Amino acid sequence: MLENRRFVIIGFFAIVGLIYLLRLFYLQVLDESYSIESSSNSIKRVIEIPFRGQIYDRKGKLIVYNTPVYDLLVTPYKARVDDTLRFCQVLGIERHDFDSLMAAASAYSRVKPSLFLRQLSKEDFASIQDIMVDYGGFEFAKSSLRTYTAPTLANTLGYVSEITKTQLEKQEEPYYRQSDYIGQSGIEKIYENELRGKRGTKFVMQNVAGVYKGSWKNGELDTMAVAGENLYTGIDLDVQQYADSLMVNKVGSVVAIEPKTGKIISMVSAPTYDPNILASRYFSKNFAALVRNPYKPLFNRPVMASYRPGSTFKLIQALIGLQEGVITPGSGFTHANCPMHCHNHPATGTVALGVMHSCNPYFYNVFRRLIYKNNIQNTFRASAVGLDNWHDRISKFGIGQRLGIDLPSEYKGNLPDKKYYDRFYGEYRWKFSNIYSLSIGEGELLITPLKMANVAAIIANRGYFYTPHVIHGIGDKKVINPDYLVRHETGVDAHNFEPVIEGMIGAVEGGTARRSKVEGIEIAGKTGTSQNKRGDDSSIFIAFAPVDDPKIAIAVFVEYAGAGGSAAAPIANLVIEKYLTGKVTNKALEERMLKADFMSKVVLPGQKKPIPADTTKKKPATPVKPATPVKPTAVNKPVALNR
Amino acid sequence: MAENKPITKNVDWMVVLIYMACLAIGWINIYAAVYNPEVRTSMFDLSNNAGKQLMWIGTAALLIICILVIDYKFYETFSFIIYAVVILLLVMVLFAGSNINGSRSWIKIGAFSLQPAEFSKLAVSLAISKYLSDPAISLTRKLKDYYPIIGIIALPAFLILLSNETGSMLVFASFAIVLYREGMPGFIPAIGMVMAALLIITLLFVKWYIAGTIIVIAGLVIWLMPVMTRRRGGLWATIIIAFVMIGIVFGVDFFMNNVLQKHQRGRIMVLLDPDSDPRGIGWNVIQSKIAIGSGGFTGKGFLQGTQTKFDFVPEQSTDFIFCTVGEEHGFAGTAVVVFLFIALISRLVVLAERQRSRFARVYGYCVAGIIFFHFLVNIGMTIGLMPVIGIPLPFFSYGGSSLWSFSILLFIFLKIDAQRPFTLSRG
Repeated sequence: MLENRRFVIIGFFAIVGLIYLLRLFYLQVLDESYSIESSSNSIKRVIEIPFRGQIYDRKGKLIVYNTPVYDLLVTPYKARVDDTLRFCQVLGIERHDFDSLMAAASAYSRVKPSLFLRQLSKEDFASIQDIMVDYGGFEFAKSSLRTYTAPTLANTLGYVSEITKTQLEKQEEPYYRQSDYIGQSGIEKIYENELRGKRGTKFVMQNVAGVYKGSWKNGELDTMAVAGENLYTGIDLDVQQYADSLMVNKVGSVVAIEPKTGKIISMVSAPTYDPNILASRYFSKNFAALVRNPYKPLFNRPVMASYRPGSTFKLIQALIGLQEGVITPGSGFTHANCPMHCHNHPATGTVALGVMHSCNPYFYNVFRRLIYKNNIQNTFRASAVGLDNWHDRISKFGIGQRLGIDLPSEYKGNLPDKKYYDRFYGEYRWKFSNIYSLSIGEGELLITPLKMANVAAIIANRGYFYTPHVIHGIGDKKVINPDYLVRHETGVDAHNFEPVIEGMIGAVEGGTARRSKVEGIEIAGKTGTSQNKRGDDSSIFIAFAPVDDPKIAIAVFVEYAGAGGSAAAPIANLVIEKYLTGKVTNKALEERMLKADFMSKVVLPGQKKPIPADTTKKKPATPVKPATPVKPTAVNKPVALNR
Repeated sequence: MAENKPITKNVDWMVVLIYMACLAIGWINIYAAVYNPEVRTSMFDLSNNAGKQLMWIGTAALLIICILVIDYKFYETFSFIIYAVVILLLVMVLFAGSNINGSRSWIKIGAFSLQPAEFSKLAVSLAISKYLSDPAISLTRKLKDYYPIIGIIALPAFLILLSNETGSMLVFASFAIVLYREGMPGFIPAIGMVMAALLIITLLFVKWYIAGTIIVIAGLVIWLMPVMTRRRGGLWATIIIAFVMIGIVFGVDFFMNNVLQKHQRGRIMVLLDPDSDPRGIGWNVIQSKIAIGSGGFTGKGFLQGTQTKFDFVPEQSTDFIFCTVGEEHGFAGTAVVVFLFIALISRLVVLAERQRSRFARVYGYCVAGIIFFHFLVNIGMTIGLMPVIGIPLPFFSYGGSSLWSFSILLFIFLKIDAQRPFTLSRG
């Protein structure tokens, strides 16, 4: 009887054996997830971060390159720090920093290395390398840091920093990983894909402690890291730094363009900062300080700041007037029948003289003729049709639209059309008398320094422009974005430019900008004073030179500096001379401009506007009448006082 | 007498071959487990576990020769004395033992350590066999005949528990198999297994589902029951059993949730669900499953395993040696190992059944049961079907004590079996 129990027992053994076989078959053959986990466990992908592309100036000088730095990694379970005090001293950190860094590393993983200190310079590395041998569990990893040859161009170049959480989540193709670096603004952002290069991937085997155990499959799946593409700019680093020095203690912009190509020669956004401070381990501290700075050094003024163009806009009015045939080069206007005030100047019997003396009534009349050119009887309807026609003409100059420069956040500006005023007044309920402040570049017009530099380039070219761009060559083959090879016509014939240019030469030789003329170089320029409700007006000057074969077109904006001739014109002319001849002859003017401080006049948000007596007191060099608006304009803004 | 015939003629070569196959596969996998691609040591290098295991195999061979040479009657005659010696060693180790891995269960002799607990299985097997060899003793009829058996098992079990070797103690559960064969009523192991199963199921699933399932099964049983059985009380018996089971389910649930503290509950849960604590206790099981699962059908190849080699699996040459087999040789390898074990224990049962003496038969079942229990728990834990209990896989795991004790255990039986033609039937 009991013998038969052996069958039960053997049966039991067999059932257990069968269950185990089925379980093993499921684990090993059917369920794939374990082999995947196995590779993620022991096969580690080591990412090799390539060097970012370097950036060169027009003479082949390096602007941005990479410096090798060292990250200090810690593997918490291996970490042996017996003498914490000395350790902290060596690394220059506080005891509580040490504790929190250590805790963070342990929280991430006890067995995997995590970042302890980032971006130690080569010098720091050399000095602590030997000492670190005493402390187990610490290792160095090579990485690189953006380095800038000169403390300039901060906003144009932009900065690189660790990818943010939102960027990480929003990326379209999953390329970046946590703690990767990415271009956050400027050229670094726009050309991120070209600059970043190609990451290399190595598959290595590691043990449970994350210790390297050789390459996997002899490295047949590994890919090499490819360094990023180098970028070639039209920036002249010497001129750029010179312009920087002139803009010290001023708020504003300098934009210089090579008219024949659209290459940016110089782009100053003042006040600026040394880009190197954002490429260091103190990034967050420095960045926070820049964000808090009331003068907004991170605001890229050449493409983002908006101003009214002021008198510089009269150039475009004259050009359109000539092209439309409402005036001829010999047309003259007096101050009669004009609601605008003007200063005392010789009679303006020609377009050239009108431009030279920047006569407000002159351009009031030009604009009036442009608006009422059509023969519609109803002035409301005539104004509407005339404005749209005018709008189309002006748009060709890039006003009121993005030019398409290779920098982020370009401001569109504002060029009002019929629709725009209809929103305020209703259709056919406004006419020329409501909008005439546009004639002298005030009212609702908004432009950026870049646009005005481009206008200077258009005049220099006598009718066309290439989209301004910082980068004209990508990689060794110097590939250029085809958009920057398109010639944009403005629809104004070349011969119509001559009277305007003649007026601009006059302005520099004996007009509003005469005190900043440069001996030996024929410069054509136009001052402008952009009204500022908050304080002193902004000083504007656009110019190009030499007149016969323009090599540089420039726009200078200095906020709170008053009339165009006071600050903007001297700075522009000094930069032009520096660019064309490599030296500066008018040392006194240079000295004055270097020392000039318009920063103190800046009215910061929250500050009270200075009492009117101060605002009206212009620079003694250019005595002008106080702004006393006769009639409020349609938008209740005081009528511009333009020079 | 034919007793002069060489032992080689009568020994069961099938068992010997399986034994040697296990040793060879085990040794190769120990080498693979400790193999370090950077420091390539030879399989014969005494500085690594593979080399040492080879030495243990060599010494085991010497032991086996001794066992085969000694007269077979020695083991039966001296079984209680061997038992007493082992008990003495177990007591000794409590006071003079060296502490290795948190358990005071090792006796150090020079560079090597021995674990008396490993030999307690042999001693208890011999003692039980000796006790049951008395034909007057019947496990079917007399309850008092169980008391000495309980005593024989409980004494070393208690001593082993004191020296913190819970795993070795649990092995004594394997004697249930031999007791069942010798007449213990079948409901006792059945109840034991059902209880264990219910306990585990209760912890893993929602109690209402289990209760529902039990009711459905009870209903099915009653429905399929012959009408006569149903009338004779089968109906009520089934209903009562179902109620008791549901009671256990709710009792366990109540105990878990209301009596135990939260951290105590966590410790029990992790035994059943390693994913609930992947970096702690669950780590072993998860890594072991990954290692085995990543082997696929044919495995990654000899010395190509990454999980076991790079220390993801703990104890990879001892308790988790099966992971190396699974990772490097895939399902093909693991199936061979499972077949070897099932073949070995089945063969042992067959051999035991052909013994003429009750002593030999009981002993044979003891050997089969012990090896089976190790197989069940060790492989079960590596594939996540059993909680992690640190007991070795016989003949595979690295370790002198376990190799010696299993070899002695097995070959004493082979020696007795070889003498079978000359033994008179007594039981």
